[in-house]
Amino acid sequence: MEAIAHLKNISLSYHSPKGETKALDNVTFDIYDGEFLSIVGPSGCGKSTLLSVISGLSLPSEGTVKIEGNRKSAYMLQKDHLFEWRSVFSNACLGLELQKNLTAENRQKVHELLKKYGLEEFAFKKPSELSGGMRQRAALIRTLASQADILLLDEPFSALDYQTRLTVSDEISKIIKKEKKTAVLVTHDISEAVSLSDRVLVFSKRPASLKAEFKIEFPDNFKNGISAREAPEFREYFNKIWKELDK
Amino acid sequence: MNNNPSKEQIMFIKSLNRTKQAVKITRIAIFLLFFIIWEIAADTGVIDPFIFSRPSSIIVCAIGMLKDGSLLRHVGITLFETCVGFGIGTVMGTLVAVILWWNSFINKVCDPYLVVLNSLPKTALAPIIIVWLGNNMKAIIAVALLTSVIVTIINVLGGFNNADKDDIRLVRSFGGNKKDVLFKVVFPSATPYIIDALKINVGLSFVGVIVGEFLAAKEGLGYLIVYGSQVFTLGYKQI
Ligand SMILES: Nc1ncnc2c1ncn2[C@@H]1O[C@H](COP(=O)(O)OP(=O)(O)OP(=O)(O)O)[C@@H](O)[C@H]1O
Ligand SMILES: [Mg+2]
Repeated sequence: MEAIAHLKNISLSYHSPKGETKALDNVTFDIYDGEFLSIVGPSGCGKSTLLSVISGLSLPSEGTVKIEGNRKSAYMLQKDHLFEWRSVFSNACLGLELQKNLTAENRQKVHELLKKYGLEEFAFKKPSELSGGMRQRAALIRTLASQADILLLDEPFSALDYQTRLTVSDEISKIIKKEKKTAVLVTHDISEAVSLSDRVLVFSKRPASLKAEFKIEFPDNFKNGISAREAPEFREYFNKIWKELDK
Repeated sequence: MNNNPSKEQIMFIKSLNRTKQAVKITRIAIFLLFFIIWEIAADTGVIDPFIFSRPSSIIVCAIGMLKDGSLLRHVGITLFETCVGFGIGTVMGTLVAVILWWNSFINKVCDPYLVVLNSLPKTALAPIIIVWLGNNMKAIIAVALLTSVIVTIINVLGGFNNADKDDIRLVRSFGGNKKDVLFKVVFPSATPYIIDALKINVGLSFVGVIVGEFLAAKEGLGYLIVYGSQVFTLGYKQI
């Protein structure tokens, strides 16, 4: 697979009057086209900071980020951040609108996405009229519509209850695969990382440095998503990552 | 809801309606009673009708002023001045809030001045304003503006700063600039605050106008009150 993003020797420190906080320490890895990459690490270690560096919103203190071929990235955050003062459709168009790319053709595409993922009849409703899962789907459509290639997911499921979380994460990862996007998911949940990803990166306590990398592969009859949780390999991966985090 | 409400439910609804009725009737009764007692007290000489007036003479006076059109004219002028002061106060206050939000340096510099200006009794400045701008409508509107503009700045800026940080990050991550953040996130999410500010402002502008008219006007409700107390026709004032 082709690498589309290269992070090389990234370090980052936050500065405030009270002092300096080192959040990232010499992080190096590549992101490959079309993969689903998960990032796990202790809380407060610098995972969100890492995504922010990939997105270009934060500049590293040291090191370089190189994104191949003008690819854009877009965020999906813990809350869906649908704006209550816009309709679902207009929320889904936000990315295009900000990129000054809201053509009639692209509007049509947003409509098709809403239709494809079961939100057509809610297109002109307010976000508050949707269920938690539907809201996350709408947020995903907003991200997809923006024609970003790299989706940065910062604990996008952690606000949902366990039941919804299982189905929504499964659903969203399938949509991302179907649309052939590359995803970088930050999560606290090891089983979520194992069941959804092609690759899991484990980071140390703050300042985050890369501790270990796991390639996740399941036999064909299990595939990624909910069914992966039943594969015998699932436990194995889970335990390995768990031990690595605990070290 | 059940199609066949139980006996208990019917009783409950009935007693609920009865309470509502009783509240309404009592309210009106208090209103009427107040004026009746006032009238009787004036009639029997418990209070001096020359100083405290009486409802019947207020009504007569109001009808007289309605007939010659002077009441409507005074009300109209006060209303006009309030609206203009309120409008300018809101627009200017919001604009200043935008500037302060945009530039955190200016914001920090101005912060203590805002606090001081806000705690100032603005209506106390009315005489100075009238000296500066003259004995005219401009001065009255300026007083109304002064009473409302600082509160507007503070409330609207508070609303702006309350916008969700991650909402802003989202807009930024899609390539939005500061102007996009302002118009797509900060302004819409501050709308409830702006509306609250408007509600407060109408009242403040009205107070400003009345005080201004006390001091400077030849027309308007404030003038009418002052005029009324000078010529001691309390009937005027009570309207
Ligand atoms: N803007 C900032 N200014 C100063 N320090 C910051 C800032 N943002 C984050 N930090 C600090 O940097 C460290 C890493 O933060 P970050 O949000 O990247 O961690 P995280 O792994 O995403 O945490 P969590 O698991 O809680 O989401 C934390 O100690 C945090 O306090
Ligand atoms: Mg985080």
